[in-house]
Amino acid sequence: MTAISIDVNGTAHDLDVAPRLLLADLLRDRLGLTGTKIGCAMGACGACTVLLDGAPVRACLMFAVQAHDRSVRTVEDLADDDGELHPLQRALREHHGLQCGYCTPGMLMSILPLLESGQPLEPDAVREAIAGNLCRCTGYDTIVDAVVEASRP
Amino acid sequence: MKPSAFEYLAPDTCEEAFAALAEHGEDAAVLAGGQSLIPMMNLRIAAPRVLVDVMRIPELRAIRNEGDRIEVGAGVRMAEAEQDSGIPLLQRALRHVGHPAIRNSGTVCGSAAHADPAAEVPAVLLAVDGEVVLRSVRGERVIAADDFFRSYYTTAREPDELVVAVRIPPGPSRVAFREVTPRLGGSTGEFATAGVALAAELDPDGRFADVRIALLGVADRPVRARDAEALLLDAEPADDVIAAAAESVAAAVDPPSDVHAGPEYRRHLVSVLTGRALAELAA
Repeated sequence: MTAISIDVNGTAHDLDVAPRLLLADLLRDRLGLTGTKIGCAMGACGACTVLLDGAPVRACLMFAVQAHDRSVRTVEDLADDDGELHPLQRALREHHGLQCGYCTPGMLMSILPLLESGQPLEPDAVREAIAGNLCRCTGYDTIVDAVVEASRP
Repeated sequence: MKPSAFEYLAPDTCEEAFAALAEHGEDAAVLAGGQSLIPMMNLRIAAPRVLVDVMRIPELRAIRNEGDRIEVGAGVRMAEAEQDSGIPLLQRALRHVGHPAIRNSGTVCGSAAHADPAAEVPAVLLAVDGEVVLRSVRGERVIAADDFFRSYYTTAREPDELVVAVRIPPGPSRVAFREVTPRLGGSTGEFATAGVALAAELDPDGRFADVRIALLGVADRPVRARDAEALLLDAEPADDVIAAAAESVAAAVDPPSDVHAGPEYRRHLVSVLTGRALAELAA
């Protein structure tokens, strides 16, 4: 077992983990943050995307030990403590940008840095940002519409 | 599946890393970004007993401009190199690697060490006459890209060696990069079927000079299309010249067959992509 310190959604955790524990499984099984999903375990589907020190990464392609002394942000960080949805989540719901919801956490985390840049977004930029996130349900257009709208004040 | 158990080492210095690789040899795998290694471990295609994480070694995290070359250290993420490496062909090609999230973790040197014949980084290194710097307890070796990439996932690296950097000399100023699937990111954009990395100058008369054409996905390693390069040297970038170069590329390759494509399709792809890349470069 290896001792790690990791900040998740603003909370510091000191944990002993097996080296082979994936970051995704640390989040889901050890910390109960099941928003992050594992779809393929190969990095292709994007359902496991979280922010590591602000940048999107595949939590299924990282060992928890690699996140020692780093900060992770998951989808659970988006809604506020009262449960009020983040503007991006609200826009996604209003545009029907999700059905089964399995891809949604990874989608949101892939989009968030782009949105937080504050620039109004064009559809092509959104499509490029979510190119690594597979969705079986929506056909992507509603997701793109939601993000474009959310990017405009 | 979950990866099998391993001993995890995270040295702070190169010397510790070399000692670990010397001790464990083929039982050890180097962990940098892990974007090639960890999928293999998740599928249990790879099950190394020891992982040596090199990302906590500060001196490996640097991009160094030494004047006569640029060195990209083993710890440099692809996203960083895409922004800051100052190597135009590399920056152009990195946009096609996987997806942004993959590039935030994966490293340039990792792609070189992994030596997937359809990968972008090895083709770029070949096109720019790059070198791979290997170090171990036994000292340093610097291997030209052409000698480093031997076959599928096979390089000149010995089990006790670490790829500490890749070295890129100044190269031609005009670059182009094409691959299929062209779509940046995307579900099939992860792995190319075939592609071309191109660099060249146009001399004051507008003729091709210093032409480099490297192909990916058409052999067991990246290959230079040297016949096509020779054909283009001192030639004007006219349609018939470009077409002749594209044909020469097709004639020079003997691509393998796999679940994604047969040899004819890959041959056709690199020929068309070379023609388009040359037209773009000469425009």
